[in-house]
Amino acid sequence: MSDSQGPLWEVFMQPGDAEPHAHVGSVHAYDAEQALQNARDVYGRRGEGINIWVVPSSAITASTPEDMGPFFDPGNDKAYRHPQFYKVPRGVRL
Amino acid sequence: MEQMTAPVEDPKRVAEFEARIARGETIEPKDWMPAKYRKQLIRQMSQHAHSEVVGMLPEGNWITRAPTLRRKMGLLAKVQDEAGHGLYIYCGTETLGVDRHELVQQLLAGTAKYSSIFNYPTITWADIGAIGWLVDGAAIVNQTMLAKASYGPYARAMVRICKEENFHKKQGFEIMTTLSAGTPGQHRMAQDALNRWWWPSLMMFGPHDKDSDNAAEMTKWGVKRKSNDDLRQRFVNLTVAQAKAINLEIPDPLLKYNEETENWDFGPIDWDEFWRVVKGDGPCNRERLAARNKAHDDGEWVRAASAAYAEKRAKKSEAA
Repeated sequence: MSDSQGPLWEVFMQPGDAEPHAHVGSVHAYDAEQALQNARDVYGRRGEGINIWVVPSSAITASTPEDMGPFFDPGNDKAYRHPQFYKVPRGVRL
Repeated sequence: MEQMTAPVEDPKRVAEFEARIARGETIEPKDWMPAKYRKQLIRQMSQHAHSEVVGMLPEGNWITRAPTLRRKMGLLAKVQDEAGHGLYIYCGTETLGVDRHELVQQLLAGTAKYSSIFNYPTITWADIGAIGWLVDGAAIVNQTMLAKASYGPYARAMVRICKEENFHKKQGFEIMTTLSAGTPGQHRMAQDALNRWWWPSLMMFGPHDKDSDNAAEMTKWGVKRKSNDDLRQRFVNLTVAQAKAINLEIPDPLLKYNEETENWDFGPIDWDEFWRVVKGDGPCNRERLAARNKAHDDGEWVRAASAAYAEKRAKKSEAA
């Protein structure tokens, strides 16, 4: 294809040692190697990170906002999964 | 072409959407949004991205002629940032379901708008100082507001951009400070640049709100959180003391501190000039578009080679 821009890649950057990768944006690139280089040039010009992941945008499966309620429901109504649910005798430090 | 009738939206969904905006929630790409919100955001964000890209041209003019290596490194880094800013915002715009390629084609064809300020020429080195100080300074005032915009990807791009533009503004102010304190000729050059860039910088905030087609809707939907006139006033208030500190005079005989409002009152803006430049008859409109098209065409072989290389490698890995 003439005048193409390459597919879209999502960029995840690890900001520092022991920190998790976080989504920072996207880039167009023709292959994974170029996507990494573009991601470095676009999102890492000032030492913003120590590691980058690039993932083809088309490879990402995401939950949908419409289903947010029912989808997360199993985790929302279980107070017994939190320490505050349990009683400790007065004066005991646990 | 502009649609004659707005698409029919489910009033219940619109009400829910507007309630979310009123609660200060952030709208994310997959959330439901009125078609008009999407359309207006695509328009505003792509114009913003185009402005970053075209903004490289007036400054690129001076990279090879920067007076020292230090200045050259700083200017190169700034121009590279502008390219990055364009890419952040294009990427944000793509989350609304539009293809970057399509937006770039609109810019190249001359059917998309970009900030009129970049249609003024950079005729001396002091113009690079004035752009960093005033144009980036005005952009920061506007973008600080947009960093709280209701659309998440736009707001997040603005947070990044504001951080980086502070370096642009300081770089510009340092250039102006140095020139203003230099030889009489250098001082004159700095004053001349301020004279030429002051009014176009005030125009950057756009027409009075009553004359702005899109302002009301964008305000209602939490994209625009302050009026053009309020932002312009804030910029003037910030800049007066800065000019004074480096011994330069703002070219407005009506500029006067108003004790009552605690604002600096300023003279009338030449809106005829503003609309002339917006409509394509500024000093450099044609030159900018021609330069942008040439750069795009000259880069075609790189895109073609990259695509061919990626295809060849993919075939090889398939065969292996």
